[in-house]
Amino acid sequence: MTVRARVIPCLDVANGRVVKGVNFVDLIDAGDPVEQARAYDAAGADELCFLDITASHEARGTILDVVRRTAEVCFMPLTVGGGVRSAEDARALLLAGADKVAVNSAAVTRPEVVADIAERFGSQCCVASIDARRVGDGRWEVSTHGGRRETGIDAVAHALRLADLGAGELLVTSMDRDGTKSGYDLDLIRAIADRTTVPVVASGGVGGLDDLVAGIRDGHASAVLAASIFHFGQASIADAHAALAAAGIAVRKPAGDKG
Amino acid sequence: MGGIALIDYGAGNLHSVANALKAAGATDLAVTDDPAAVLRADRIVLPGVGAFGACAAALRGVPGMIDALERRVRIEGVPFLGICVGMQLMADAGEEMGTHEGLGWIDGRVRRLDPHGADAKVPHMGWNDVAPTRPHPLIEPGEAYFLHSYAFEGADVIATTDHAGPVTAAIGRDNMIGVQFHPEKSQRYGLALLERFLEWRP
Repeated sequence: MTVRARVIPCLDVANGRVVKGVNFVDLIDAGDPVEQARAYDAAGADELCFLDITASHEARGTILDVVRRTAEVCFMPLTVGGGVRSAEDARALLLAGADKVAVNSAAVTRPEVVADIAERFGSQCCVASIDARRVGDGRWEVSTHGGRRETGIDAVAHALRLADLGAGELLVTSMDRDGTKSGYDLDLIRAIADRTTVPVVASGGVGGLDDLVAGIRDGHASAVLAASIFHFGQASIADAHAALAAAGIAVRKPAGDKG
Repeated sequence: MGGIALIDYGAGNLHSVANALKAAGATDLAVTDDPAAVLRADRIVLPGVGAFGACAAALRGVPGMIDALERRVRIEGVPFLGICVGMQLMADAGEEMGTHEGLGWIDGRVRRLDPHGADAKVPHMGWNDVAPTRPHPLIEPGEAYFLHSYAFEGADVIATTDHAGPVTAAIGRDNMIGVQFHPEKSQRYGLALLERFLEWRP
């Protein structure tokens, strides 16, 4: 077989606490990202993503503690994004136990930050995260500040540039679709995935398992990221793997199946 | 008894590997950049992420470390595990951003993955097969997490994976084993491999 399509639950973390929480498992403290990470580890998630949405700079250190505690108990790859502005920020997260670091806004104003991180720590740990809004037929622009601010930068060209600068993975979020449950912007995902050799993670808009399948099959993504369908118990990681497998997409074997 | 030495030469995934070894049952684990600790160790683990050349230079930058590894692993034969770039360093040379000399323990070179226009992506990132190509007590068939753009080509391959063609997943000879994938990130499969390493008597 070949490398498996990855299913990645994403947790929003603010000041060390999960914002959109998991409510499908019996957690003692549903706001603790470490406990939720453990639940996803046990559920067989292929990777986990923490997005740090802490507003104040002073509270940034809390994510390092979360990452450190997660890495002590979870033995799956962990990507951390949000507020990463420099190679030093990336270093702190990697030393705490993150496997990959996602850079977003900082790479809009200064794309070279991606090269800084890739040269120091390797492309394999440098994820470029791109938030995009559709501005016409087959055209998207990079947006910042949670989709509220337009930049005029062509999103596809920006993504490809960041890959050239050394990003080892592109996390592509449609801000038109984010939170709508109407599915990924497959044209956007495919427009980038078909033009780069690095893996693309589809993000933004998942409403059901069919959307995950479409992200891989039609969007040509290597991985699918989702938040609420997992957090609110609409689907399990096993459901996601089963739906992908039923569509003929290579995924990991179910836990316990040694065949 | 000297326990397990996990070599600290600045590799970023050091603590993840330490955590996983502890979860696999390691009790006497030293994260160390001290060659004297390596000379006392009963088992040695060399982690590594990033570029081959930078890792090779960092390892050489620890005074006395290469000599200690050579003595303890090659002459005295204690069990050795290299992980990812730590595995690649066992080769003669790596061709990542120039050509850099490796430890030269296993005949071979580390070259960039080239899927030849296939739609396989580089880096090779994600869960993929570990398919043994010859019996080895540490390597069982299964799925593990890979994250790399360069791969080993040469002798003593004991397992492969498939990424638009066979790619080396593990190498080994005598008391030495190296794995391209990340056991510390491969959930049950990875922890079980580390458990076997902790028990291994080559």
